[in-house]
Amino acid sequence: MQSEPAITPELVAKHGLTPEEYQRIETILGRTPNFTELGVFSVMWSEHCSYKNSRIELRKFPTEGPRVLVKAGEENAGVIDVGDGWGVAFKMESHNHPSAIEPFQGAATGVGGIIRDIFTMGARPVFSLNSLRFGPIQGDGEAVRTNRRLFAGVVAGISHYGNCIGIPTIGGEIYFDESYQGNPLVNVFCLGVLRHEQIARGAAKGVGNPVFYVGAETGRDGLAGAAFASRDLTEESKEDRPAVQVGDPFKEKLHLDACLELLATDAVAGIQDMGAAGLTCSTCETASRGGSGVEIDLNLVPQREPGMTPYEILLSESQERMLIIAKKGREAEVQAIFDKWDLPCARIGVVNDDGMMRVKVGDRVAAEIPARALADEAPLYRREAKARPPEPPLDLATVPEVDLHAALLTLLAHPTIASKHWVWRQYDHMVRTGTMVAPGSDAAVFYVREAGKILAATSDCNALYCKLDPREGARIAVAEAARNLACSGATPLAVTDNLNFGNPHRPENFWQLRECVEGLAEMCRAFDTPVTGGNVSLYNENPDGAIFPTPTVGMVGLIEDETHVTTQNFKAEGDVILLLGEPGDELGGSQFLAVVHGRKEGLPPRLNVEHELALQKALRDLIRTGKIRSAHDCSEGGLAVALAECCVSGAEQIGAAFWLEGIRDDQMLFNESQSRVVVSVAAEDAATILARFSEAGVPAQEIGRVGGMELTAEFRHTTYSWPVETLRETWHDSIGKIMGAS
Amino acid sequence: MKARVIVMPKQAVLDPQGNAVRDALHHLGLDAASVVRVGKFMEIDLADAGDRPALETKLHALCRDLLSNPVIEDYRLELGE
Amino acid sequence: MRFAVIQFPGSNCDQDCLHALRDDMAQEAEYVWHKTDSLAGFDAVVVPGGFSYGDYLRCGAIARFSPVMAAVKTAAADGPPVFGVCNGFQILCESGLLPGALIRNRSLQFVCEEVGLRVETSDSPFTCAIPVGTILRMPVAHGEGCYFADHETLRDLETHDQVLVRYVDAKTGEPVAAANPNGSLANIAGVCNRERNVFGLMPHPDRACNRRLGSEDGKRIFQSVIDTLAGRRPAPKDDAVLAPVGA
Repeated sequence: MQSEPAITPELVAKHGLTPEEYQRIETILGRTPNFTELGVFSVMWSEHCSYKNSRIELRKFPTEGPRVLVKAGEENAGVIDVGDGWGVAFKMESHNHPSAIEPFQGAATGVGGIIRDIFTMGARPVFSLNSLRFGPIQGDGEAVRTNRRLFAGVVAGISHYGNCIGIPTIGGEIYFDESYQGNPLVNVFCLGVLRHEQIARGAAKGVGNPVFYVGAETGRDGLAGAAFASRDLTEESKEDRPAVQVGDPFKEKLHLDACLELLATDAVAGIQDMGAAGLTCSTCETASRGGSGVEIDLNLVPQREPGMTPYEILLSESQERMLIIAKKGREAEVQAIFDKWDLPCARIGVVNDDGMMRVKVGDRVAAEIPARALADEAPLYRREAKARPPEPPLDLATVPEVDLHAALLTLLAHPTIASKHWVWRQYDHMVRTGTMVAPGSDAAVFYVREAGKILAATSDCNALYCKLDPREGARIAVAEAARNLACSGATPLAVTDNLNFGNPHRPENFWQLRECVEGLAEMCRAFDTPVTGGNVSLYNENPDGAIFPTPTVGMVGLIEDETHVTTQNFKAEGDVILLLGEPGDELGGSQFLAVVHGRKEGLPPRLNVEHELALQKALRDLIRTGKIRSAHDCSEGGLAVALAECCVSGAEQIGAAFWLEGIRDDQMLFNESQSRVVVSVAAEDAATILARFSEAGVPAQEIGRVGGMELTAEFRHTTYSWPVETLRETWHDSIGKIMGAS
Repeated sequence: MKARVIVMPKQAVLDPQGNAVRDALHHLGLDAASVVRVGKFMEIDLADAGDRPALETKLHALCRDLLSNPVIEDYRLELGE
Repeated sequence: MRFAVIQFPGSNCDQDCLHALRDDMAQEAEYVWHKTDSLAGFDAVVVPGGFSYGDYLRCGAIARFSPVMAAVKTAAADGPPVFGVCNGFQILCESGLLPGALIRNRSLQFVCEEVGLRVETSDSPFTCAIPVGTILRMPVAHGEGCYFADHETLRDLETHDQVLVRYVDAKTGEPVAAANPNGSLANIAGVCNRERNVFGLMPHPDRACNRRLGSEDGKRIFQSVIDTLAGRRPAPKDDAVLAPVGA
């Protein structure tokens, strides 16, 4: 019998539990917890597993809709109906803290975790996206070199895991800003398809059903990673080395195939991934969902290292493991399938009806906790919120006029705006032969051959807007995601979100969280896109401060017909360029102001939801007529950057000339006013299309022509001109050059 | 003078490659193979060794910063002829 | 025709190959699990891409010892076409069925993008339906695709016309360095054996068989195999025009 440390207030504090929380544990147990039980509570009641600081806010999200088959929070991932008996399961999750410590393995295991979440729903994963944020990578110096190392490591980790397992990474977004220095964000998204009747549940049902442990052996890796992810990053956390897990995509590929084969047999009563908090979380969550109890024997758990304590086995976050509740009498079938795939599989316990999660070591009881109380009754907090005074609107008089010719090139070369080609050429974005629109356009488009459906997906969040005005920034994140889908020809279906914030105990951070949640919720209602799940990552903070509030929005849409798929690049000489939406003049919070003037300030653009909805609907309707040759939304860098991208983002480059009138040229070129899209159409269709937009109440005007090998902006007094070749090189090669230099 | 550096995955860290090689060895009849761990071996020719203790300190620093990833790997440095 | 698509643990283009053959080429195709030791009843064998056995040690190093590879070797000796794509090419080289080896990309990075390929000879079951000099567009996606062979082997390959496809600039058709995605010697993208019935290439014809994916050029390679199997023998080397069906 091993001796365990005595429970002292210090030990409780070291586990990140408050005295009140500890009291609650004693009340639930009716006694003092032992060391193992304390560890189990500490991970299950960490923010990462319990959402104790955010759950009250998360209830504000719309989660219902006619297409929702599995709601947010019910299972590992939500499921949405896409018609003809097919559904899609998708979710976004963060792996920020592990990636800050070990970027390659941190990002790789993040990808592995989200993929497991999808296939344990019974869905075959078909593609991934990711939203990444790092500190600045341009220039020199210790910090910048570290940022480059983190960026390169994360990209290599995602590439390694995704490529090996054979799930294409087809899109996403990458931002660079000082606020992410030391706190990179790695948000990974995966989507899978399944028949409605294949939806698998993570519930331990049926008294007497055997509990199987499947997959890799348990080691000491990632001990208490969930608790680790729920603390600020400090110098000391670099010493938290056991918290790094190593992923094995090859093993997970076997899991994936074996699980889908197994789930097709109907021999499974419940299935759950062992992700954060490993065996602990999967055991008590399945029992809680099933309204049952589970009893397991740790002596039966395959172990990689000798001498592991119950505490270590229960809290280990070794990768590529799953818990399966088989139906009684079907054990042999389960065993046979895992044998075929050469996967270790051990029967470690049984479902019972006493509502307890009971962990034994042989005959000795190592932990005995009511499963529901542990999984679902963590304390919930409404933290103190303190609003930041609103940002004053930008006074244009304080913005000196600069060389705008150089400004466009500076923006195009900025890693946030520049082509991410250097990144996605490292991702296998074509495996599974469904990628119709490769990374780099407004949204990725994927043909799912099993279902005969065309899906579009995007992830978006302008965190600078969220910093300056959290509510408006969050509203814009949803609107922009929907706009990106509309530009690709898709109708939005649903949203998954990843809320990345600083320490919620700081009132301004909590206020940001609440504002962002309310902004997201309002717009998800407006777009009729329920939130099907997601993830909250708090404590993204180091001694230099918190990250920008970053509520990343992942949105999935459906394209009805192959002919509706639309891309952003200009297609043909002589086509007419139309600007949908008002030209706008808002420079506050713009990339132009931040990158060219070094000022991250001002009121970010305002979103008018009626205008946005009308724009997107009209755009989709016209795309369906087949007359829209290209569509690209105006976002970071405004109209000038959007037009430059239309010229250079295709396989073939082509120039364009456009003209505008306004007070100041910089304002006209680079403002980031919302609800604007640039489309190109054949010259003979222009008049009809302008009339159609006008009927739909959407402002639209002809602003230029496609053609030549220059991009030319004609204003009343000045004309600016850039050779397309220069634009292409500046935009396309920027990140590669920066990374080559490191 | 030669420096030899052996980099191995840490004992506590999963080594998927080692496990795959072990399984292949079993498959080819070497059932006795119980644990396989795959690491890296590097050989560095040093032209002018100079101040040996300083060199050794420098090499250790580089082993930690460049040649191994201390988060998941251990290294061993041998200096010899 | 009946195609075998070999499935190793870690294959991940097996489904893509199967679907390209079935849906886009209208052929019969079946998976063959790596533990199987016979390929009886199949007209042709495809070794698909992926990361067989995790590609630990070296790409294809563990796969070559699998039971099914013994069957592939037997099949190759009997003459039916054996065709390795990407990881399949690596496995065929490791098994000694093809000369040379594939090493880490010169950039040390995985590379996924569309490349231009020039067909160097029509004298093979894999290129017989494609005139010499044709430029094909199809994707590559690999981390270890840099073709390497010693001088003598390279000379042999050229002498016996075994280089079937080369990386070229898709516009000019020239095998320039900028068009070489991985640093392969002599821009070699695919080679066949001396008997000409085993072919490996790094690019993915299986990913270029449908208009939705931006290229259908991969079909021309599969079509060559189908034509060969149907008894339409490869055209003589200097004859750019193929004999009509049944002639």
